Amino acid sequence: MWDWEFAFYVMPDILKAIRVTIAATLAGFALALAVGLALALLRRSAFKPLSLATIGFIEFVRSTPLLIQLFFIFYALPLSTGISFSAFQAGTIGLGFHYGTYLSEVYRSGIDAIPRGQWEAATALNFSRLRTWTKIILPQAIPPTVPVMGNYLIAMFKETPLLSAITLVEMLQTAKIIGSDCYRYLEPFTLVGIFFLLLSYPASVLVKRLEFQLKQQ
Amino acid sequence: MGMPSKVEIETETDSMTDEPIVRYRKVAKNFGELQVLKKVDLDIAPGEKIAVIGPSGSGKTTLARLLMTLERPSSGTIEIDGELLWHEKVNGKLVPAGEKHLQHHRGKIGMVFQQFNLFPHMTVLRNVAEAPIQVLGLSQKEAQKRAKQMLAKVGLADKLDAFPSQLSGGQQQRVAIARALVMRPKVMLFDEVTSALDPELVGEVLTVIKEIAAEGEMTMLLVTHEMDFAREVADRIIFIDDGKIVEQGTPKALFKHPRNPRTRSFLSRFRNNNWKDS
Ligand SMILES: Nc1ncnc2c1ncn2[C@@H]1O[C@H](COP(=O)(O)OP(=O)(O)O)[C@@H](O)[C@H]1O
Ligand SMILES: [Mg+2]
Repeated sequence: MWDWEFAFYVMPDILKAIRVTIAATLAGFALALAVGLALALLRRSAFKPLSLATIGFIEFVRSTPLLIQLFFIFYALPLSTGISFSAFQAGTIGLGFHYGTYLSEVYRSGIDAIPRGQWEAATALNFSRLRTWTKIILPQAIPPTVPVMGNYLIAMFKETPLLSAITLVEMLQTAKIIGSDCYRYLEPFTLVGIFFLLLSYPASVLVKRLEFQLKQQ
Repeated sequence: MGMPSKVEIETETDSMTDEPIVRYRKVAKNFGELQVLKKVDLDIAPGEKIAVIGPSGSGKTTLARLLMTLERPSSGTIEIDGELLWHEKVNGKLVPAGEKHLQHHRGKIGMVFQQFNLFPHMTVLRNVAEAPIQVLGLSQKEAQKRAKQMLAKVGLADKLDAFPSQLSGGQQQRVAIARALVMRPKVMLFDEVTSALDPELVGEVLTVIKEIAAEGEMTMLLVTHEMDFAREVADRIIFIDDGKIVEQGTPKALFKHPRNPRTRSFLSRFRNNNWKDS
């Protein structure tokens, strides 16, 4: 049965591991934002082979499980290429590229929603390609996508326990270690679940509110 | 010895002002099977005001968009200021122009669109000042000074901090005019700039354009359905039908004595207006 004393006893360790979970989420998401934008832009390239290769890459990454990608980066890459990453780095790269392919679609929908007239006005004013993107298109394309991006951030956060499979000592891994040390799993796993809930529920409320505010505009 | 004096250079450029500033030569444009411009020839003199009229779908917008480099001609050439717009010489051979060449010549041309196309995420002031900063490389201060002058000219000095969504259509279109003018183009294209406006807002926009026209130097190509406005502002009227310039002439000649039956039939739809009387 539930043991309060044990729960309080293990809580500090799990709370400490929250920092790893959050750090991995933020690092992975930052990379996903960059990768997503790069993929969205490459996909629009007028150079067909590049655009097709990008689409191929996106489809490939999206149709294979994140876990396999993590194993590949963490275990297979060092043996076959000699490039090796720490568990945290491998986790960040895995999350970043996997979610980057999803975010590229979000960017794409935002960019596609910009009326043609905006591009034409930028051309008529002789904006360079780069400035058209940075001053005209992206500042309009990105704000409406923020709620969707936020939902992906929350989804990614909830997937970080996968990183325990590549030895990252995040919350779940910590709970597992405690469990096997003390032969009690109920409290540590429950606490991990509660902490995920405590972070992701307010975040999703925030996203809903953002979404509402955007609709009002 | 040898070096011409500054005065001589100026004399030379003066003597060249009779050269057309824009020259369309056998310009055709196809969209797939559809040929929307058919070997159009058109010379525009510096400072000339040309009104382009014609039925909807006849190719008027396309004519302007080709000069603004928004659409590439299928064949033929366009010259701006004596230089080819859509072609460049590489190793003595004419090839389709690259982005750099286009960027170099595009600065001479400005355009105002039917749908305004203001940047909704920027204030009125930034809408006008952004291109001078980003494209001409002016300092923020200098760009804003220029932008404020232009906005005063179109009667919007009190709207600097408003966003486009807070303005009426007429005000938005005047911002768009200021935004194009602030770049100091040599040629301004106006594509049915009042067609999207409520009737009561048309006047304020046409007034602003008439004022710019009255200053004289700006070369203008005005696609319009406003026949009174065309007659008042234009040196020459061009009637386009089915991708061809069917007839052209002074407003007086074209409106009072149209020779081509298609011109006559088109103009008869505007009979209610009082253009015939004056
Ligand atoms: N991007 C395009 N793709 C296909 N057809 C087009 C395109 N732009 C214009 N057209 C067609 O070309 C013809 C001329 O269009 P346009 O120049 O806009 O005429 P106007 O301005 O005189 O009404 C129309 O039939 C129009 O449907
Ligand atoms: Mg048109």
